[in-house]
Amino acid sequence: MTFSTVHALVLRNLYLYTRTPVRLVELVFWPLVDLLVWGYLTVFLQKHTGDSFPYQITFLIGAVILWDILFRAQQGVALYFLEDVWSRNLLNVFSAPVTNADYLVSTYVIGFLRAAVTSLLLAVLAIVLYSFNLFELNWSLLPFVFNLLVFGWSLGMISTALIVRWGPAAETLAWAVPFFIQPFAAVYYPVDSLPPALQWISQWIPCSHIFEGMRDGLKDGVVSWSDLAMATGLNAVYLALAGWLFVRVMRTAREKGLLTKFVAQ
Amino acid sequence: MAPPVLEVTDLVKEFGSVRPVGGVSFELRRGEILGLLGANGAGKTTAINMILGIVTPTAGTIRVFGKDLARERISVLRRMNFCSTYTQLPGNLRVWQNLTVFGKIYRVPNLKRRIDEVLELLEIHHLKDRVSGHLSAGESTRLNLCKALLNKPELLLLDEPTASLDPDIADKVRTVTKRIREEDGTSILYTSHNMRDVEEVCDRVVFMHQGKVLFTGTAAEILGHFNEPSLESLFIRVARGGEIEAGERRTGTEAAT
Repeated sequence: MTFSTVHALVLRNLYLYTRTPVRLVELVFWPLVDLLVWGYLTVFLQKHTGDSFPYQITFLIGAVILWDILFRAQQGVALYFLEDVWSRNLLNVFSAPVTNADYLVSTYVIGFLRAAVTSLLLAVLAIVLYSFNLFELNWSLLPFVFNLLVFGWSLGMISTALIVRWGPAAETLAWAVPFFIQPFAAVYYPVDSLPPALQWISQWIPCSHIFEGMRDGLKDGVVSWSDLAMATGLNAVYLALAGWLFVRVMRTAREKGLLTKFVAQ
Repeated sequence: MAPPVLEVTDLVKEFGSVRPVGGVSFELRRGEILGLLGANGAGKTTAINMILGIVTPTAGTIRVFGKDLARERISVLRRMNFCSTYTQLPGNLRVWQNLTVFGKIYRVPNLKRRIDEVLELLEIHHLKDRVSGHLSAGESTRLNLCKALLNKPELLLLDEPTASLDPDIADKVRTVTKRIREEDGTSILYTSHNMRDVEEVCDRVVFMHQGKVLFTGTAAEILGHFNEPSLESLFIRVARGGEIEAGERRTGTEAAT
């Protein structure tokens, strides 16, 4: 990996966002809509349940913010590839001295920046609008958030690998992949709300442990180290597998001439 | 004697049962402009994509600067560059931003000065702050060429650089191509469907047909060998399936002996 190459690839994306402000709207608009819808639903439910209001429902606001960290990190990686397809720049990048590591690390940086912008904005708005303070977890928030970021990167690499393998017609996977796992990921409800068979699936998804741990942490003020450890272990496995898949698909793409199909479309 | 800058030996590419390149060999010498000619489907683009490392050969070897491309791809790519009429630089970035990004990727020293140099060479310095997507086709092609010249490549691959250009701009591109060869000793592999380009710019020509090399030599050698008045008439004859005897498939050197 070369720092100057990563810097150049990140710079290309930063230029893109500063040159095209409408892309910042994409980073802000949909997350804001989610926050407003789920936030005011929470307010409505609070008014009608009084003191018996379960904390899990308040956490809906936190869930929106945390899911968005994962989603933006995934998008940072997956859309990065598509930006080059859309601008017909793909062959310029892949015929340049750019290694797989250079490419992936720059997508991680962009994923991190996208997640940071959106989540900070939402977290501040949640305090202002709903008195919901995600920062109550203090420093213990960081490892949970980092785990969401890493899982987002893994999903992004899987999305890109599938798009490269299946061609331009599979572009929609860049947005769809995170939602394949969302029903089992305990984002808006605890894992025990799921039927036993789905609970079994849920235990193999890193972010279900993150959301469970964060829910407990915000409720009791106690960090669930076991959930954090499980999520970190699973994330290490998924990150390695997703990286292996990406490298393998890029090799196949060179053998089958798949990258040139994106240019010919 | 110095090894060729580019040495392609028995290059084969198969996509399932399709064989776009079926055993191609040629070499490009230092400071030479070599034309890669052939009708659509002759295998030129697949061959170029293999030289760029975008497509992996099924068989054969590609040596660039004496190094095996398959083993030393990144260090080789750092010393070469590529410009195609079928690629663009991101349209939403300004001209200088695009060149800065690729200049950093290729680790170009004194980048700002180099960007000014290539923009002046291609006569588009006044467009430095323009959004790339707002450029005309001719300006956009010249911007692509600027990107390809940023790192002063020792090997430059130009894939139909004058396609869709008006005669004036096409002439400027040809002039720049010859100039960088003379001033920097750049070796250039040049594909084009414009026979005037080839006759004016290329020292030698590799004529490809159905994935194989039909003939290698200077334009004069080729015309003499096939008894055609122009490269264009030969091109049309080959593209329309004109009879090409097996004995006609050889190099200019072989033909002369």
